[in-house]
Formats: sequence, C-alpha cells, structure tokens
Amino acid sequence: MSDEGEAVVAAVAAVADRLETERSQLTDLDSAIGDADHGGNMARGWAAAAEAVTELDDPEPSVVVKTAGKTLLSEVGGASGPLYGGSLVFASPELEDGITAESSVAFAETYLEKVQDRGDARVGDKTMVDALVPAVHTFKKSVEVDEMAPVPALAKAVAAAQRGVDFTVPIRASKGRASYLGWRSVGHQDPGATSTLFIMEELLDVATEHLETPEELPEHAESPTVPDGEVTED
Amino acid sequence: MVGLVVVSHSRTAAEGIAEVAGEMGGETRIEAVGGDGQGGFGTVADDIEGAIEEADGGDGVVVLVDLGSAVMNAEVAIETGNSEAVIADAPVLEGAVNAAVAATSAKATVESVREQAEAARGIEKL
Repeated sequence: MSDEGEAVVAAVAAVADRLETERSQLTDLDSAIGDADHGGNMARGWAAAAEAVTELDDPEPSVVVKTAGKTLLSEVGGASGPLYGGSLVFASPELEDGITAESSVAFAETYLEKVQDRGDARVGDKTMVDALVPAVHTFKKSVEVDEMAPVPALAKAVAAAQRGVDFTVPIRASKGRASYLGWRSVGHQDPGATSTLFIMEELLDVATEHLETPEELPEHAESPTVPDGEVTED
Repeated sequence: MVGLVVVSHSRTAAEGIAEVAGEMGGETRIEAVGGDGQGGFGTVADDIEGAIEEADGGDGVVVLVDLGSAVMNAEVAIETGNSEAVIADAPVLEGAVNAAVAATSAKATVESVREQAEAARGIEKL
C-alpha cells in the first residue's frame, strides 16, 4: 500500500468515526429544518465506506476515493448519497497521479463543481455549498497565489468552511428540504454544511499526520508558511 | 414500448401512484421504487437503476420523481445505467397518469411520453 493510499484509507476511517460521534448532533440539526435523517445516513454510509476501502487490494488514492463514493451512493438513502458519494466518484480521477498541491486543488474544484451541478445550489441557499465554496476558494488561493504547502492551505480552508457554516445560521433556505420551511429555517445551522466541515476537519487531521508536515500551522490569513529566502524556483 | 418508473421517498407512495397510473396504462410497464433500503424514507440510486432496467422494454424509460434526493438519485441512476431514460419535470402522480396514457400510443417515444408527463404541470383542479 502506498503511503498516500494509506493516508486516504485512514482519512475515510477518521471521517466515519467522527460522523458516528456527531450522529446525534447532525440528527438534531436536521430535525429542526429537515427530515432528521442526516446523522444516521452519514454515520451509516461512511461506516460502510470505511469498511469497503479496507478490502481494496491496491488502494491508490483515486481508487480509495472512488470506492468510498460508490459505497455512499449505494448505502445512503437520501440526497447525501449523490451529493457526497457521487461527487467523490466524479472527482476521484483528479488523484490518479497521486496527492500533490496541484491535484488536491483540482480534486477540490471538481468535487465542488459536481455538488453545485447536482444540487443546483449557490452560496446563500443554506446548504453545504455555503461551507464548500469558501473552503475550496481559500484552498486554491492559498496554494496557487500564496504558494502555501497543502496541509497549511487545508487548515485555512477548514477555517473558511467554519465561517461558511456560521453563515448558514441567520439565512433563509432556498434549496433542499429546509426550503419548504421558508422563513422558519432562519436561525438554524445547516446540517449539510456542518457535516462538510466535520469531514474537512478530519481530512486536515489525517493530512497533518500522514503527509508532509510544515514547521508550523498558520493561525491567520496573513501568515506565510514558507519563510522568506527559502522559496525556490522549481 | 416506453416504460415508466415512479420514484418516491415512500415505497408505499410510489406503489400507490404506480397503481393509479396503471389503471390508465394498459400494457405499459410501470415500476415503483422508493425508501432508503433500511425500511425508512428516502431514495437510493442503485435501486432506481434496477427499476429502470426492469421497466425498459427496449424503447426507453420515463422517470417520475417526488422531492429533492429523488431527482438527484434518479440522475445518478440514469448516468450509470445502460437504458435510455429521462426524468419528467412533472408532478409525480398526475405526470405518471399522463405518461401511462401517452405510453400506450403506438408511436410513443421517450420524448413524447416525457412531454405528456410534463403537460401535467398545467393541470387545474378547480
């Protein structure tokens, strides 16, 4: 098993553990403005995904991601199947040549593209898109413009996702089951944005542990990861 | 002959709608699919893909759907499956009845059946 493949398998297991832990919180959030199935669906789907990826003979990153996505598609009886699972399957080829800063950005952008295409949701609709868009844009900018390493860039993306989750609280839902509630959806945090944040937090933890670790994680948007003088043209 | 698939979060609802449409549908194949596969409400892409295969008599399938995830899972099922299938953007019950009638025409195609299903969007009841 490649180190990267091992890291992705560990990430799927970490996400499964986290979503099991958060099952009741996600259910509570979804009870308020949805159909109360998000906690159970996510916990069950990711547990099945974690099991499926341990059975792979040659778990390269793209294969692990695709397998996890396909398992979610068949195990989750709701919108989370196509949105989380279908998008993972669709974006998985971006990791065929391994996990690099470039391929990670491509993966994140393709995943977001599929979520938006499938769900037809935009920022401000009170959905997972409200967490994903700032996260993916922050990740891309941090890598491509600020030339940060992938792990600290992901840390910034997680912080952006958290702000996106907070943003879902005061707004009115325009997509998803919560949109049927109209103004009654105001004041409630979106469950899909919340689970998206949980998944990203686990990815960051596993990436920090398994992939190239920087000397220190940035705490502020302005913090550079590469000290002046150590940047090389290559 | 064009086949039909009725997708609902509730399997019971899907079966009931298929029954109502079946009264008008003659020999039309109408498959009902729904539920999360665990006894709860929901929709599953793999189950919908199976229903599309069952309904396909060689001339394709029109899929009627209820809410949110039914649409998304039906899209995934169509993308991954081998049958020619389209989703009708129509109210699920009235659209299914219209589609069942349209499918009995000797000249029916997937497009003509979808068009008739979507005509149900304009039905007024009072």
